Amino acid sequence: MSVPYLSKALGSLTSNTLKLLAGLGLILAVACGSEAPPAPASAPQGSAAPAAAAVESAPAAEESDTIKVGILHSLSGTMSISETAVHDAELLAIDEINAAGGVMGKQLEVVIEDGASDWPTFAEKARKLLQEDQVAVVFGGWTSASRKAMLPVFEANDGLLFYPVQYEGLETSPNIFYTGATTNQQIVPAVEYLLNEGKTKFYLLGSDYVFPRTSNLIINKQLEAAGLEAVGEEYTPLGHTEYSTVISKIRAADPDIVFNTLNGDSNVAFFKQLRDAGISAEDLPTISVSVAEEEITGIGADNITDHLVAWNYFQTTDTPENAKFVQAFQAKYGENRVTDDPIEAGYFGVYLWKAAVEKAGSTDVAAVKEAAKGITFAAPGGMVTIHNENQHVSKTVRIGKVRNDGQIDEIWNSGAPVSPDPYLDSYEWASGLRELAQ
Amino acid sequence: MISRLSLPNAVKGLPLPSWLGDVASVWLAPILVLAALVAAPLLLSDFRVALLGKFLTFAILAMSLNLIWGYAGMLSLGHGVFFGLGGYAMAMFLKLESAGGKLPDFMFWSGLTELPFFWAPFQYAWIAIPMTFVVPAALAGGLGYLVFRSRITGVYFALITQALALIVSILFIGQQPYTGGTNGITNYTTIFGFAINSPTTQIVLYYATLATLALTYLLCAWLIASRFGRLLVAMRDDENRVRFSGYNPAALKTIVFALSAGIAGVAGALFTPQVGIISPTMMGIVPSIEIAIWVAVGGRGVLLGAIVGAILVNGAKSGLSESFPAIWQYFLGLLFIGAVLVFPSGIMGLLRGEGWRRPEWLAADRLPGFAARVLPGVKR
Amino acid sequence: MEVWASQLFNGLSLSSILLLTALGLALSFGLMNVINLAHGEFIMIGAYTTYALQQVAAHYTGDPQSGITFLIAIPVSFIMAAAAGYLVEVSVIRFLYRRPLDTLLATWGVGLFLQQLARSIFGAPNVQVVAPAWLSGTVSVTSGLLLPMKRIFIIGLVLACLGALYLYMYRSNEGRRMRGVMQNREMASSLGVSTRRVDSFTFALGSGLAGVAGCALTLIGPIGPSLGTFYIVDAFIVVILGGLGQIPGTIMAALIIGMLNTVFEFGTTAVVGKVLVFAMVILFLQWKPAGLMRARGR
Repeated sequence: MSVPYLSKALGSLTSNTLKLLAGLGLILAVACGSEAPPAPASAPQGSAAPAAAAVESAPAAEESDTIKVGILHSLSGTMSISETAVHDAELLAIDEINAAGGVMGKQLEVVIEDGASDWPTFAEKARKLLQEDQVAVVFGGWTSASRKAMLPVFEANDGLLFYPVQYEGLETSPNIFYTGATTNQQIVPAVEYLLNEGKTKFYLLGSDYVFPRTSNLIINKQLEAAGLEAVGEEYTPLGHTEYSTVISKIRAADPDIVFNTLNGDSNVAFFKQLRDAGISAEDLPTISVSVAEEEITGIGADNITDHLVAWNYFQTTDTPENAKFVQAFQAKYGENRVTDDPIEAGYFGVYLWKAAVEKAGSTDVAAVKEAAKGITFAAPGGMVTIHNENQHVSKTVRIGKVRNDGQIDEIWNSGAPVSPDPYLDSYEWASGLRELAQ
Repeated sequence: MISRLSLPNAVKGLPLPSWLGDVASVWLAPILVLAALVAAPLLLSDFRVALLGKFLTFAILAMSLNLIWGYAGMLSLGHGVFFGLGGYAMAMFLKLESAGGKLPDFMFWSGLTELPFFWAPFQYAWIAIPMTFVVPAALAGGLGYLVFRSRITGVYFALITQALALIVSILFIGQQPYTGGTNGITNYTTIFGFAINSPTTQIVLYYATLATLALTYLLCAWLIASRFGRLLVAMRDDENRVRFSGYNPAALKTIVFALSAGIAGVAGALFTPQVGIISPTMMGIVPSIEIAIWVAVGGRGVLLGAIVGAILVNGAKSGLSESFPAIWQYFLGLLFIGAVLVFPSGIMGLLRGEGWRRPEWLAADRLPGFAARVLPGVKR
Repeated sequence: MEVWASQLFNGLSLSSILLLTALGLALSFGLMNVINLAHGEFIMIGAYTTYALQQVAAHYTGDPQSGITFLIAIPVSFIMAAAAGYLVEVSVIRFLYRRPLDTLLATWGVGLFLQQLARSIFGAPNVQVVAPAWLSGTVSVTSGLLLPMKRIFIIGLVLACLGALYLYMYRSNEGRRMRGVMQNREMASSLGVSTRRVDSFTFALGSGLAGVAGCALTLIGPIGPSLGTFYIVDAFIVVILGGLGQIPGTIMAALIIGMLNTVFEFGTTAVVGKVLVFAMVILFLQWKPAGLMRARGR
């Protein structure tokens, strides 16, 4: 009993074996595609790129006249909505540094990779940047998930990551610098502010993922310490766009503040539908920790006017550095572009790294980490200082009210920069968090 | 082809392969591919080897889909789920090993104080590793039984498995205390006591993946050449005739669907330690559709096609996104369109000299059973 | 009591949105067996058309909130999305008839391409459409029962679309040909109906309906390159439950899913609600594999 179908099919393959081999060669060639020259940082460095690629095989990258740095954000997929702007700000900082003579006299050469809103891709691209391109530092990430995916890669390859977004804390990787806020620089002071304002009935609304869940865990502990209890806690799937039922639930719970940790697109739907339901900020204020100027553009300022937000930086923050930063950002990317907290954190992260490298006199990771301790920089949002141990930065906490032109008016700030405390060691009600986390 | 299948009833005893005589001619191409993959680590950097290792897990996954789509004619758009389940089973083992007896980090964030009961067995490799096959196979078997019993095929089957992908990924995201939520499970340090990120471990994992790929290939080749395999093809081409010949298509389909899901799970189990993370993004709708694209590009219904397709498409994806990070999705979109429009027989079809013709069975008027009955305007 | 009344309205409103996004899909599937995974991107085209039109209008009149602009945007969105659909039909889909699984893969590629196109033209961040003043605010039935104008408007829009579709299918020559092809392609063809033309028209019509949906969704949801992905799977579930390609079935399915989802979500959480609905749909298909309405083809 023969199987003519199969053997004929497979048999005819052999006559084409050579073709197949050629195909396989092609596959391997594609898989080894890294030999393509990396994207040059900006106009003047374009000619340097092929030269740098040529010396790539030599491990002593320090001897070349450029320093390679990586940028790894989602340029495609759902997260590109937020991440492209941070990518733009980091490129701006690099261009400025290059125009001013570079770092230690060397020009920065940027390798851009796309994380594609997919966490395993972030891990793959991080490994590529560290092992293939041998970049001195990577600026990147947005979601906690992308950071968690990259963390083991940076630790195993002893790389450096500057992560620019506020996050849920409870983490201190020796290979990551956290330039966004940790919980005690955003969520905890925001709850304190609300308590001082006499709010007692908190409704916690978030997207169903790690940042909102951990934030609400902390908020619940904090409320408990104040003798209160949240009147409701609700999570919706990422990308959820139908909030009428949630709004009914909120109405039924009758809170006096909604603490909003929704992510990205869901905010657009939530605020539009909240307003349509006839609920204004006067009836029921909300405070958001993931809605910045960039998101307000998509939500529509009139849909969120007078609602509160908590950040470390607003485009309206009144410092000379910020005036310069906003002007430069808009000059490069267009008059209608806005700046916001993660954009600013991405921007000054590049400068913090530059300062640390120049202090260390080398791009060696251990030396840079040592030199980074206590480094300060006059960022657009005020003075920032890298913490000696936990590699977060101290920064000023700000609470603002959204104006009807999409900008934010600061209504409260912490006065001085707040020192980062990712495990909330200095709060009695949070005792036990650190033990659990380690 | 079908006339040749008027064989005695039942699937009893898979016959001894009679193609042994053809060994040289049949096996030359796969052996050459294998040789190239064996030699690859000598030529490539550590990073590229790790990347290729990841692609090989995708190749196993693509083969599992090819088995049910290319041979049995059922397009599953939920294969990412089975891949993910295998990956999660492995990740649970790795996470528990790395946590060293303590509670994994994400559990305490979510307020758990002790290990959930269903996590406990996964600290043992002898349970966890078989589970990477058993869990997805069981899910597929259960779903398949329900679906095939109702004679749901073709487009319906594709869309139902797609809904499965959505449900499972939403569930995994929502059950953060037990699954790690959106972040998935990551940050493992060791595997069987060896540092998981060391180049040596990665090379070992690469060859383990390659060996699994080769074994899967052999298994599929044997299966397809057997009577069981020819029944699958017969079902693809005309389900009713198989039914009227006294076979039970639902049982056959359930078996092959479960087997395919199990293989996908094993691929996932190999993916997790090499990439260092498993997360619900792997189980969603998008990756599941991409798997189908790998198979379509490589060549449906050709064993080697799935391997070639998976490696080529993913190689192209990596290469393009490195060279054109901002616009590479254009190329990907065009590749998808081209794969079905311009060379529907895939790369293997081109190599076999079939030119631009599409395989006959892909036509809707050859759609089996239910779909052909329900789809209006389709005449048989 | 008021809570239940407002939940009933929420359910109706969700059903109307589901129906609006699923209608075009049901049409192209019913006639051509084309599983159009790029349907979400046609919704996106409608949304961006509305946005672009408003930008242009604001440039010339200085009034972004002009209610007229939004009314004009509805037919313009329809035309833009229909034109895009027509292009896709002639350039890709017509080569894939009788290969439904292949249309699925190819249209997925089309979707990826269109998403990237939107990103290149309008940028990755979300954009904003200002709702006209006459659609803002609520209608108050009782003191505690406030119905948002926009949602009432969307329900009305869906009814209008259904009415127009009915007139087209049952009162026009084009529609009669379309029904003929739907019921028996070969017979219609041999009676002199150009099935090619009918196919192209129907696909364009389905895409155009997606464009209208996109225009309406700018009122309540986000507007960005991946907008379509938020709606496409729910729309497919509706079409499957309704019985592939059956308009009355699609209407019933949208009502059932919208109502159930709202009830479940109110009783549990949004996540559990979604999972419960999907589980019920799959169980229902066990009982009636062809969905609510069986096709009359054959």
